[in-house]
Amino acid sequence: MTYLPKPKLHHPDLPKNELGLTRRDYEGTISTLCAGCGHDSISAAIIHACYNLSLPPHRIAKLSGIGCSSKTPTYFLGAAHGFNSVHGRMPSVLTGAHLANRDLIYLGVSGDGDSASIGLGQFAHALRRGVNMTYIVENNGVYGLTKGQFSATADRGALNKRGTANGDNAIDMVGLALQLGATFVARSFSGDKVQLVPLIEAALTHQGPAFIDCLSPCVTFNNHAGSTKSFDYVRAHNEAVNFLDIITGREPITHEQEPGTVKLVEQHDGTVLRLRKLDTDYDPTDRAAAIDYLAHRQQAGEIVTGLLYVDSDPTDLHGHLGTARAPLNRFDDAALIPGAAALSRINASLR
Amino acid sequence: MKPLVRANDFVVKFANVNGSGSASANRLFAQAIIRMGVPATPRNIFPSNIQGLPTWYEVRISQAGYLGARAGTDLMVAMNPQTWDKDIAGIVPGGYLFYDGTRPLPASKFRDDITVLSLPLTAICNAEYSDPRQRQLFKNIVYLGALSALLDIDPAVVEQLLAEQFKAKEKLIAPNVHAFRLGRAHAEKSLPCPIGLTVRRCDKVGESVFLEGNSAAALGAVYGGATACAWYPITPSTSLAEGFQRWCARFRTDPETKEKRYAIVQAEDELASIGMVIGAGWNGARAFTATSGPGISLMQEFLGLAYFAEIPAVIFDVQRAGPSTGMPTRTQQCDVLACAYASHGDTKHVLLFPEDPRECFEFGATAFDLADRLQTPVFVLLDLDIGMNERLVAPLAWDDSKRMDRGKVMTAEMLESGRDFGRYLDVDGDGIPWRTWPGTHPTRGSFFTRGTSRDRYARYTEEGDAYHDNMERLLKKFATARTLVPAPVRRDAAAGSRLGVIYYGSTAPAMDEALALLAAQDVALDALRIRAFPFHPDVKRFVQEHDRVFVVEQNRDAQLRSLLVVEEEIDPARLVRVLHYDGSPITASFIAEEIAAHARVTPLRRAQSHAVQPQGH
Repeated sequence: MTYLPKPKLHHPDLPKNELGLTRRDYEGTISTLCAGCGHDSISAAIIHACYNLSLPPHRIAKLSGIGCSSKTPTYFLGAAHGFNSVHGRMPSVLTGAHLANRDLIYLGVSGDGDSASIGLGQFAHALRRGVNMTYIVENNGVYGLTKGQFSATADRGALNKRGTANGDNAIDMVGLALQLGATFVARSFSGDKVQLVPLIEAALTHQGPAFIDCLSPCVTFNNHAGSTKSFDYVRAHNEAVNFLDIITGREPITHEQEPGTVKLVEQHDGTVLRLRKLDTDYDPTDRAAAIDYLAHRQQAGEIVTGLLYVDSDPTDLHGHLGTARAPLNRFDDAALIPGAAALSRINASLR
Repeated sequence: MKPLVRANDFVVKFANVNGSGSASANRLFAQAIIRMGVPATPRNIFPSNIQGLPTWYEVRISQAGYLGARAGTDLMVAMNPQTWDKDIAGIVPGGYLFYDGTRPLPASKFRDDITVLSLPLTAICNAEYSDPRQRQLFKNIVYLGALSALLDIDPAVVEQLLAEQFKAKEKLIAPNVHAFRLGRAHAEKSLPCPIGLTVRRCDKVGESVFLEGNSAAALGAVYGGATACAWYPITPSTSLAEGFQRWCARFRTDPETKEKRYAIVQAEDELASIGMVIGAGWNGARAFTATSGPGISLMQEFLGLAYFAEIPAVIFDVQRAGPSTGMPTRTQQCDVLACAYASHGDTKHVLLFPEDPRECFEFGATAFDLADRLQTPVFVLLDLDIGMNERLVAPLAWDDSKRMDRGKVMTAEMLESGRDFGRYLDVDGDGIPWRTWPGTHPTRGSFFTRGTSRDRYARYTEEGDAYHDNMERLLKKFATARTLVPAPVRRDAAAGSRLGVIYYGSTAPAMDEALALLAAQDVALDALRIRAFPFHPDVKRFVQEHDRVFVVEQNRDAQLRSLLVVEEEIDPARLVRVLHYDGSPITASFIAEEIAAHARVTPLRRAQSHAVQPQGH
């Protein structure tokens, strides 16, 4: 946490993206989270990803629930509208917002308390509906704002700061997302920016429900020995299945890896996901195999990270509903209101 | 006991088993009477069940145009042995009973002060049809035929209605007409047709239309420009969301591309429903949900957010008897306070009280203008009585010159011109700030929406002054709402009165009739129908102009009266409760009896003025 305001003036030599914007143009206000909080690294990764993709900041809508993670949308994309809604209910607000205007990019930011405890139902239903969004859970296994209670993603047997073991089973959000039909599922670690930034970029360009479970240690309440969400524990058990480069249509694919170690997945919008395989047996386009693989690796005590599943041709809620291409919030009276003549025909049919 | 003799003024009640296919035959009965120019008001009385439980369909026929429920049955069509005893007991002395006489019943099952009429309906159908389903379905049409003879209903009208009903399935017309004629012929042959109750052609229907409040409200939402609907099924509101789907399929689907200019999501619960509505409202679409009391309870937290963050939303609450699951298929006006003060903290919400399907349509559209203009949730409080029953009302009307009022939305051009944008800044003095929709301008007008306190520029703050400033502005906005919501409708007694009556919503038709009943007893009342909360200034004025004001409601706790006392600071002693809350629609006779009993007591002001008269005067 810093109390020093960021200077408004930008260094003239700061690199600019295709929109002529610098990284600073994607920032928000100063974080009020604890110094060293994993969530701040995720905010930085979001800024980085949006800058890299040259997304117009104001065309992104950032929504969150309640909690430390849900506070973070203030700390990035200051030119975007944000909505800090109610605890556990961001998915429904995001769904409604998406109904109103399908032309914006929707970024939902939530935490493990917000999405796995109070909001598990909304999390599940937004994914099964196929809302076209990027949904990031900043997962630290603990309630920060209320000072250290376990959340529903805390592993059974993990110790809290006072040394008490958690007796409940953990909810695996990646497993749920796969089962519920998310068309992009990844897990990452706030301490691994190199892995995280391309995953966020890929999720933002993905035209369907994209979910990222991002382990994000709570430095104040869950970073001690006995925790399974601490920096040390996650680093020691992190098993990445692949490394992702995202290639937008404009750039040629230059580095060819040796055959069999690279998988290219072309997304609907033309972006290409180039996956450098670290585990040669892993196929991120096979949902059932991904579920099986993850269950086995979890039993072995590994935290599997990387792009775990992607459907290169996803469908979304608007597609299922058959909604007009133009955003619903743009239609005028003529397009929406049948008028007096139609009403007199209705009257006639009601006699 | 002399049998009743009445033309165009009686109540027919059908006792059926639900799931037996009786509903459409009963509806045809009501429609036929309306087609003969005689006002008829049907009411479904049904259990929370799909098949096998008792259900009733009550039709009040009233040439005088009284559309409220009336106690007592003049002709009982008893088709359900389960409810026989209760049904027979409900017939007024001198009334009539019509039943299926296939199986003989002991004399103890009847009354000697009513006229008993029967046809062996089951035997007739068994002889005519071999298929068990046909035997059941056509039995309903057969009794309709018999009733047409008994009540002197024009058979041509019914046959025309059958032709219209089966227009799309033409081969069903002839067998239905056949069943109808079969019943009519049997009645003409073996029963004294017509009986003392008759339907005579008149011209009291005119251009009126016949529809349900839920369907009308859904059509109102279409005309109000709603594009997003999120809902969770709950009786008695389900047919509102389904009605919206139907109207939109007709009016909002591109005939060529099949693209839909609407989106409907059946959510996982009411929390998600209202969350989606708020998300869509925040993002510039007109959005609504339809629910009932239990849904309102679940939505509380979100409603506080929408109030505090100032997001337009429309909630149709089709009220049913509470608390808890209560009586899900019975009517009440019991969510007034739950909606008016929904959510924790200091909140107040705009409520609209439609009296009938016509106002359901009108307010269904207006609610969206109010929600956008006031940037706040607006509740349209229907109830089961008007929501799920068809009612004869004046034709729905629309003015093509009307445009949606999207309220204070700052556009990219306005932002570009350098106008100061503070999301919670009261620049116009009406308490209503300007808003921007997400994605409007690359560098201006973005803000962070939150349920936490903030300053006028939407910046997070826990400063007491900024919080206080904002809460006071919300009150000012609520005061502005008083001038925008539908004004009350006042109707004074011919010579004026020191007594007044306030009523709202579905009580209206019973009240109209009660005023006539009371006038006949020389009890004159000035009447005020409240159509919205916050209360228009005329409401307090009305109370001040009268010694005592009866407040007629369909709930136990006199909820609107509480609102009057709390919000208008009216002396509770002036407001006399008239409360009907057994789940059945309120009746004119109930209101008239309650008011007549109180009206005979010395008026309050006179009593007070006696008390303060100086001694020895």
